[in-house]
Amino acid sequence: MDLLRFITCGSVDDGKSTLIGRLLYDSKSILADQLEAVERASKHKNDGEIDLALLTDGLRSEREQGITIDVAYRYFQTPARKFIIVDAPGHIQYTRNMVTGASNCQLAIVLVDARNGVVEQTRRHSLIASMLGIPHIVVAVNKMDLVDYSEDVFSNICIQYAELAKKLNAKQVTFIPMSALNGDNVVDPSQNMSWYEGPTLLNYLETVELDHDVNLTDARFPVQYVIRPQTPDLHDYRGYAGKITSGIFRKGDSVTVLPSGETSTVEAIEFFEEVKDEAFAPMSVILHLADDIDISRGNLIVKSDSQPVVSQNIEALLCWMDTKELKVGSKYTLQHGTFRSRCVVRDIAYQLNVNTYEETEGVESLKLNDIARVVLKTAQPISFDPYSRNRVNGGAILIDETSNVTVGALMLM
Amino acid sequence: MLHSITQSLIHSINMKLDYLDQLESEAIHIMREVAGQFERPALLFSGGKDSITLVHLARKAFRPGKFPFPLVHIDTGHNFQEALDFRDWLAESLGEKLIVRYVEDTIREKKLKEPTGRNASRNALQTFTLLDTIEEFEFDACIGGARRDEEKARAKERVFSVRDEFGSWDPKRQRPELWDTYNGKIHKGENVRVFPISNWTELDVWNYIKRENIALPSIYFAHDRECLLRDGKLLATAGGVIQREEADELVTRRVRFRTVGDISCTAAVESTADTLESVIAEIQATRISERGETRIDDQVSEAAMEDRKKGGYF
Repeated sequence: MDLLRFITCGSVDDGKSTLIGRLLYDSKSILADQLEAVERASKHKNDGEIDLALLTDGLRSEREQGITIDVAYRYFQTPARKFIIVDAPGHIQYTRNMVTGASNCQLAIVLVDARNGVVEQTRRHSLIASMLGIPHIVVAVNKMDLVDYSEDVFSNICIQYAELAKKLNAKQVTFIPMSALNGDNVVDPSQNMSWYEGPTLLNYLETVELDHDVNLTDARFPVQYVIRPQTPDLHDYRGYAGKITSGIFRKGDSVTVLPSGETSTVEAIEFFEEVKDEAFAPMSVILHLADDIDISRGNLIVKSDSQPVVSQNIEALLCWMDTKELKVGSKYTLQHGTFRSRCVVRDIAYQLNVNTYEETEGVESLKLNDIARVVLKTAQPISFDPYSRNRVNGGAILIDETSNVTVGALMLM
Repeated sequence: MLHSITQSLIHSINMKLDYLDQLESEAIHIMREVAGQFERPALLFSGGKDSITLVHLARKAFRPGKFPFPLVHIDTGHNFQEALDFRDWLAESLGEKLIVRYVEDTIREKKLKEPTGRNASRNALQTFTLLDTIEEFEFDACIGGARRDEEKARAKERVFSVRDEFGSWDPKRQRPELWDTYNGKIHKGENVRVFPISNWTELDVWNYIKRENIALPSIYFAHDRECLLRDGKLLATAGGVIQREEADELVTRRVRFRTVGDISCTAAVESTADTLESVIAEIQATRISERGETRIDDQVSEAAMEDRKKGGYF
């Protein structure tokens, strides 16, 4: 069975929590005691009706304020697929949380209120989804019940959005009219929109093609840990433990170890008491090389016929995630998979307005949730692929050297 | 040329991992990150199915090498004998180091007041012993088997969850966690709780146990047991941990445990499922969550788990 991770972008006002609640409720993924807890809480709030939104808001302050602060993960399953819902907050002050949530997703549901059409928030959410390389976008036009289920309203929103999508690089955009509150086109087909012939949301989630989302072209293996038992019977055993982040490795492949550039061949691929002829992303295995070369955590093993960029000078889109400002000239620790190096911010090429997509040059510092194109220099060379080609080997984080907190997300270019 | 492209396309269709393989690889990757990033990690082992699954995943991550961490058990003194025997057998048969620390000792040394009265449990006191143990061995990372599907507060916790010197979880200070890049940099005195099976559901764990043929303590399967029937829940009489109250009815029922924790806060469920297949069938058909059915300690308030996590609980 397949696994699909998707993010829901929107705020409570767009009916996001209601949509998730509806998806779980109508697909019978909510268990009786969880429903009872929600019923109890709904009564406390004194409005009688079951509030499906209460199913998703987990922290006390979120329930008190009626908003989503942090990313929450929900799980459900149908006979067709297993799903992980990444439920991210929609307001601009939580952009960093949405970026966190979006980084692992293959699909994003962008919620649009049918009464308002494409608004600033729609543009922001779509930009973030596109920037994080999410291949499939579903524009969920919600609250159709409040516009008399009008086909014209829906068509106009599709046209508006198509205009915006031109500036982004989403591979696939799908539009679905729905009413999460009443359940139209979420799990069950709507009785009120006979003009719509497409799939319901769940239908689409169950069938969207995912095969091409994994990069099987560029073989990359970041070394996490070296296994050396050093017992009498395994005296010379030396295995490199890691996860293949993209591509395929086969026994006999010529490989290059980066950043040193030393070469060898794959002698064996081991997976728990089993030796394989080939292994592919995202499998965690142990690689054995034919030659005894110096390899440690942080090195990247790649197939010699598809080399990544190796450089100390990098450019990237950066989402700044700290309350302390980023200033040109500041130093941070950069972590790229298992590799770490100090780095310095040399320049901010431009800041990107997430709502209007305008680029502003001459910016000297970045505040929490700002997005900008930056130029960095690392102390040691980093071996990466452009993010647009390889999400895992093209993404990196910045760590503050005094607080140790993750303060930035980098999409390398 | 065309032939080879067609070949590689056909090939790539088969290059897809089943969801259980994806979850397994993710968990192995997380464990190896712990090994690579920390100096003194530990695996918190409770004897329950989730931590038994973790031990199996650790074998997949590190064999033929040794585990780069000991197994650590915080024993409330109220554990099922079957689970303790299993724990000892597992550590022994794997040749891995097992460290056990007792809540009983903490109560005595720190002169802690044991909760008394109805549904009293040592579950909360466990936190004291855990924090002491972390200090004693200077553990900088503790791997645990918590899953996000268990509870609403857990649904929001990161895979690498940084705790301060008091073990507290501050939901507002969580680090952004992107792709599969985990930031385990900490200050001295802090530690990280790591949850490799965050994204697994109860059913995923059972399906994995079945697929991998992982051995479990016998109490996970249907057996006849003497229980107290209290407020519709079946509480084990084993070890004399739970005191009989006037309204309790002493019954013998065919039961199994859906979770295995402290006797005082884990209820049995009536069941005839005595094989992995029948247990899975039962879970697929159930309409009540794992914690709702069997945990007595989460039902105190809407934010019970959040509060305990802030206090240093797993």
